[in-house]
Amino acid sequence: MSHPLHAVITQTEQVILGKPRQIRLALTCLLARGHLLIEDLPGVGKTTLAHVLARTLGLQFQRIQFTSDMLPADILGVSIYQRDSGEFKFHAGPIFAQMILADEVNRATPKTQSALLEAMEEQQVTSEGETRPLPAPFFVIATQNPTNQIGTFPLPESQLDRFLMRIQLGYPDAQAERGLLSGVDRRDLIAGLTPQMNTAELTDLQLQVRQVFVSPALLDYVQAILRHSRESARYVHGLSPRAGLSLIAAARAWALLDGRNAVIPEDIQAVLPGVASHRLQSVQDVQASDGDRLARELIEAVAIP
Amino acid sequence: MKLTAPLLYGLIACILMVSAPHAAHLPLWVSVLCVALLAWRFYLTYSGRPLPSRWLLLGVTVACVLAIAITFHTLFGREVGVTLLILLVTLKLLELRTARDATVLIYLSSFIIITNFFYSQSIPTALFMLLTLLVIMATWVHMQTGNLTFKPRLRIAVILLLQAIPLSLVIFVLFPRVQGPLWGMPQDAYASSGLSDTMAPGTMSNLSLSDAVAFRATFDGKVPERQQLYWRGPVLWDFDGTTWKRGRNITTQRPSLADATTPVGYAVTLEPHNKPWLFVLDMPSKLSIPAFVAPDFQVLNDKPVNARIRYTATSLLDYRANADEPPQQLQRALALPQGLNPRSRQLAAEWRRQADSPETVIRTALAHFNQQEFEYTLEPPLLGFNSVDDFMFTTKQGFCEHYAGSFVVLMRAAGIPARVVTGYQGGEYNDLGGYYVLRQYDAHAWAEVWLQNRGWVRIDPTAAISPERIQSGLNAALGDNVILPFFARTQSPFLLKLRVNLDALTNQWNQWVLGYDTERQFAFLTRLGMEDVSWKNMALNLLAWIALLVGIFTLIMLRRLVVRRKDAVQAAWLKVCRKLEKAGLPRAPHEGAMDYAARIATARPDLAEDLHDIAARYAALRYGGEAEMEGMAAFKDAVRAFKL
Repeated sequence: MSHPLHAVITQTEQVILGKPRQIRLALTCLLARGHLLIEDLPGVGKTTLAHVLARTLGLQFQRIQFTSDMLPADILGVSIYQRDSGEFKFHAGPIFAQMILADEVNRATPKTQSALLEAMEEQQVTSEGETRPLPAPFFVIATQNPTNQIGTFPLPESQLDRFLMRIQLGYPDAQAERGLLSGVDRRDLIAGLTPQMNTAELTDLQLQVRQVFVSPALLDYVQAILRHSRESARYVHGLSPRAGLSLIAAARAWALLDGRNAVIPEDIQAVLPGVASHRLQSVQDVQASDGDRLARELIEAVAIP
Repeated sequence: MKLTAPLLYGLIACILMVSAPHAAHLPLWVSVLCVALLAWRFYLTYSGRPLPSRWLLLGVTVACVLAIAITFHTLFGREVGVTLLILLVTLKLLELRTARDATVLIYLSSFIIITNFFYSQSIPTALFMLLTLLVIMATWVHMQTGNLTFKPRLRIAVILLLQAIPLSLVIFVLFPRVQGPLWGMPQDAYASSGLSDTMAPGTMSNLSLSDAVAFRATFDGKVPERQQLYWRGPVLWDFDGTTWKRGRNITTQRPSLADATTPVGYAVTLEPHNKPWLFVLDMPSKLSIPAFVAPDFQVLNDKPVNARIRYTATSLLDYRANADEPPQQLQRALALPQGLNPRSRQLAAEWRRQADSPETVIRTALAHFNQQEFEYTLEPPLLGFNSVDDFMFTTKQGFCEHYAGSFVVLMRAAGIPARVVTGYQGGEYNDLGGYYVLRQYDAHAWAEVWLQNRGWVRIDPTAAISPERIQSGLNAALGDNVILPFFARTQSPFLLKLRVNLDALTNQWNQWVLGYDTERQFAFLTRLGMEDVSWKNMALNLLAWIALLVGIFTLIMLRRLVVRRKDAVQAAWLKVCRKLEKAGLPRAPHEGAMDYAARIATARPDLAEDLHDIAARYAALRYGGEAEMEGMAAFKDAVRAFKL
């Protein structure tokens, strides 16, 4: 395993207790240049995770708390008239940072949501006719409360698709919770973290991800999964070609995290719940957010060729 | 398997499609009841309501069976059987509770497909039944594989049907045929229309409104001129003032042809018309089937033609027919009803007095028709008591039956023996199939007169008034404003071409599919090289071919089951998996090598190291690309060394 990554994982696991899989998935998402959506109840450590990752990776960090009265300019920035110079000067919004925590993104109105999502997609902000690039690497962790809570604007499916992965943190197990309750305050811990990697190293890793080998045998497997999701009557829609691309990109990053330079079926299986859960919908109970279970069923239904 | 709503809709569609063609001949109340029951079942499924109680269904069923018994006065026979079957299948839908019921419905719908062929064996029926079969298969596949979407289901159904095609072809060709139909075809299976053995004003013009096919004919070698294509049907002798009838031949003398030349060979495929007579060109000399040639050269089958038959015949176009006709027959050919048509008889007697020979009388009569502004029309005015007089002197408008009838009356009045011959004339050549097709509107009537030394000579008075009828067919002879069957009057080259193509196709279908009887099977198999065409041989061949085809299909399917690209790496890995499986540690199909190794490691720590090594090498070789191929030997060694 690459040494700096190892250190990143170790350090993060010291603060976020009992969630190694979620930490790795979050890192996978970052390495694959995707964005991450964390969907869970308040207070399970979403913000902490984002914060820790930013500190450990040495990225500029901005947190945007979304509210229902927020406007796109509150995120992107605004041009203000300067009396001395007689010109308009652009005041960059909070989005101009390397790592953004978009907290409770489903509390904002669709207009504001789409401003964020467009910036995510295009890695740039266009405001008053001027296009300004966002810093690189650029990584968004959005958090969302479960959609059946009141006062929310759930992200539509097309917007969900912009996120490479959706994961859930869930409650910690008993042992981890004990550690959490008896340990030091998390805020103090975060303040004491040191960056384990610089931006150049991170960008280099992102390039390495793209070099990870994908064999024809593995593509057979991925296609079998896609085909099954489309032919099965279990799902409302099958997985899109973009979902297939995302699956491979994420699996490459996962393989790199595992210290391999080729993707194996296990990598696909590891990232599939994260990549596919927000893209699959059960025919039977549309309401329940059981994307994880659906993804696991999908894995079990397809034999590795 | 669950009886979901889509599956139920599929079953309803099956029943609907398979019984729809029967609606026309089922009793009206049965059709209405079936539609109502299907609609009810649809509504129950749609609204999710419970099925009616078993007692209610039992009551309805008993009532239906009683009603059928009352309608048909019996519970046996084909009609009743089909009606019962359809009604009970529809009722079965209402007690559909288990998978078994659904299976029964699928099988029964497949069976009802066959019953549709009792009533129609045309190409459209066959195509519709094929479509129905596809729907049934798709529903069946739906039943067996619940969680597939529509398209892959349909694909499986199509593949199943395609696989069935070679099997059914083999069975069709080789299954031993029995003489005669397997089940008694009813006499009324075909709506019969055609020439009758009586002729009154209006008989022929009515026939000319139908474009149904009467028969098809192919010629060996040269085809005779169109004006010689007189297909002989019933010969009519006796006239009672309005109607011509065949009467009884009062001779046992066999018909004889003298100085006959110009033989023409041809084959006729006759549509069933429920009458015994066959159609042959004037005058027949040889026939392939045992039929009776009456003294007036009318050819009669031994029983009414109620199934399509095919026969070959040879006719002689130049002849002296029955030059020695016995006097009692000639007497018949001179008889006229007493006291009728005095003016015509007078006119004929006048001609006879002035003429020196019968031939002159004939010429005079024909010239009379030609020059006295007679008109050839489908809609002649009604004629009175003295029909011939009315026609000759008042209306002067008529169709072929008027001309033939009047001409014979005139000849008899002039003392020349004469008779009416009915049949078909001309026809339409189908160059795609290379045959002539004769339709009901080609029906025609003409006359024959008996002359000393020359025997019976054909005279067609219609040719005198309207030569186009004989040369080019009915449409050319009549004006544009006459309502004829659509095909008889269309000029559109596309429609004409379409008709020619469709008719050629129908002819092939009739010849090779419906007409594939014992003789054709014998001929076909002999041509294919079977030396001894016997029941035993055919059955053996049939079994051998079916075994071969099923074997081929099985092989194809087995190949699919076996892992598709079974390269060396894969084979070695599968060997390891099989070893572990025997030890009670099977790999789940979706389980990756590394995960499997990790799982085994917890159950059998002793194997952990070796297996992890093998799994890692396997993953590297299979998913690692070309660069890793050096590890192949090491991997194989590790596999070989792997022991439980």
